Amino acid sequence: MNWSNIFTVYRKELRDSLRDRRTLISMIVVPTLVMPMIMFGVGTVMTKVITKAQAETVTIAVIGGTDSPAVVAALRAEAKFQVVKTPADVSRAIGDKMLRAAVELPAGFDAALAEGRPATVRLLYYEGELKSGMGVGALEGFFRDYRGKLVERRLAERGLSADLIKPFEVQKRNVAPPEKVGGNLLGGIVAYSIILLCFTGAMYPALDLTAGEKERGTMETLLCCPASRSAIVFGKFFMVLTGSLGAMILALCSMALSAMVGGAMVAGHGLAPAVRHTQQAGGLALAIDPLGILGVLALVLPVAVLFSAVIFTVALFAKNQKEAQSYVTPMIFLIIVPAMMSMLPGVELNTKLALVPVLNVSLVCKEMLSGVWHWSYLALIFGSTAVYAGAALAVAVAMFKRESVLFRA
Amino acid sequence: MIEARHLTKVFRDKKRGEIRAVDDVSFRCAPGRIYGLLGANGAGKTTTLRLLATLLQPTSGTAVVAGCDVCAQPDQVRAQVGFLAASTALYGRLTAREMIAYFGELNGLARPEIAARTQRLAGELAMHEFLDRRCEKLSTGMKQKTSIARTLIHDPAVMIFDEPTLGLDVMAARAIVRFVRACRDRGKTVIYSTHVMSEAEKLCDTVGIIHNGRLVTEGALDELRARFRERDLEEIFVRAVGGELETGLR
Repeated sequence: MNWSNIFTVYRKELRDSLRDRRTLISMIVVPTLVMPMIMFGVGTVMTKVITKAQAETVTIAVIGGTDSPAVVAALRAEAKFQVVKTPADVSRAIGDKMLRAAVELPAGFDAALAEGRPATVRLLYYEGELKSGMGVGALEGFFRDYRGKLVERRLAERGLSADLIKPFEVQKRNVAPPEKVGGNLLGGIVAYSIILLCFTGAMYPALDLTAGEKERGTMETLLCCPASRSAIVFGKFFMVLTGSLGAMILALCSMALSAMVGGAMVAGHGLAPAVRHTQQAGGLALAIDPLGILGVLALVLPVAVLFSAVIFTVALFAKNQKEAQSYVTPMIFLIIVPAMMSMLPGVELNTKLALVPVLNVSLVCKEMLSGVWHWSYLALIFGSTAVYAGAALAVAVAMFKRESVLFRA
Repeated sequence: MIEARHLTKVFRDKKRGEIRAVDDVSFRCAPGRIYGLLGANGAGKTTTLRLLATLLQPTSGTAVVAGCDVCAQPDQVRAQVGFLAASTALYGRLTAREMIAYFGELNGLARPEIAARTQRLAGELAMHEFLDRRCEKLSTGMKQKTSIARTLIHDPAVMIFDEPTLGLDVMAARAIVRFVRACRDRGKTVIYSTHVMSEAEKLCDTVGIIHNGRLVTEGALDELRARFRERDLEEIFVRAVGGELETGLR
């Protein structure tokens, strides 16, 4: 193997690629912007939407209740509810978002409570609709308090203490450090994004350096030189790998920077108090274990080799870039599906899954970002992915030596 | 020196079956001579030249190029060959200077040597004006000059031209013809494929006519004229290939 020729080819391909706008976008611009967008953009927008929805008054209607003025008055007195005139079709009004939820009171509700008879209140809402769900939650809270006060009054009338029905309190306390919370919340999506960027980072250089060269006629020019086919393929492959790793490293740096800036902002320099409160309460912790980021970097290396070699081989087979794109683009789904599976609840790392490419790395990256290190699985995943990557690279070299591939007409 | 010995190349196609693109072709070209390979489109010229330049491997037979066997020593053969074809393009995002230097490096030349040779070639080919311009911005003639400099940077003993004037205007084509003659005058072994008879008449010391992958006749122009009792090379060509092409067009 002539390393001087490999380096010459690599250096030329790097210079050539850095002058190609599409490669720059896939290798530098997208990975740099994606992480802040996920961590700030999506997070901030979601927090704002939720905070706004929580602050808004809940528009409700009451069905029945003409004979129960006490409970209706209590509902009207509650500041967070706006009781409107009951429409003819309540269910439709909720579906059309005219109402967030509705209360259906049985006939003689006040009287039943006064006489100690059981009664059932129905709450109508729209499952899956965020604001309707929050509205019905507020109504549940209201009726829980209303029932609590009634019970206390009944106990007092009988000369009994309120502690009789509440012999002890239950309190929750979070023991997870912020990075574990952050890892669990963001680990899945971060691993998924990094794997996807690894693929897209390799995609454009691979297409350009193989099918693109065939299409432009420069492949034949290059093959006329005395450098061996292996030297040419390795030089080109290292450029594709640079695209993949470059995208990943930029994504990780951007992620670390976003987390740092995010932390500073949460500490009190920019975010709205409501958002800060939500984040401090652990609702959207941005902290991620820094060692986890290094772990992801190490583990994604063989994945990048695997992706680069596979895309390189597939694109090499194509006659032109358009054909190569039609082969390579569907492969994104092969990456997305296992990467998304890792985010499903209940999909846990085991020996079998540790051998499934992409899924294994997604699962273990999520754990590493949460500060959990399964060393035996890590070794198995690194080893198996390295074997797949080596095999893919060997296929790429073999394909590059085939006339039927290089001169496919 | 180039010596093709029973060169044969068979392609296998799922639809068309076995295609003998080059069939038992043998010829020889000495240093300081131009061997013209004449043939219609699809006759087997490009495949023959790709075999000589080791871009393809022969199915059987072999060739010796500048003392190296194309089957056993392909890398050494390529180090001795300058290959210029209509299909060998330039890297659009590299400048002409970078393009020449890239091939100089791949041919194992040191940077100072590349710089010196680039200066010399740029002077000979009047390239100074556009040497640092990206290839994608060059005119066809400028691109052709850059391609020539690319093939000459390692000063090869053998030059292979595959229809180099295809698609060029008269002036650019004349420049190529001048350059091919200059190669011969410098003692290089030159193979020149074309289907333009006037070019072959102007340039070639020996002409080989290839048809359906087979070398149907070869010889110096005067020998061919005597053999076929024709002055005009086009008439000689048509008779050599059995008049099939002309009949086929009727």
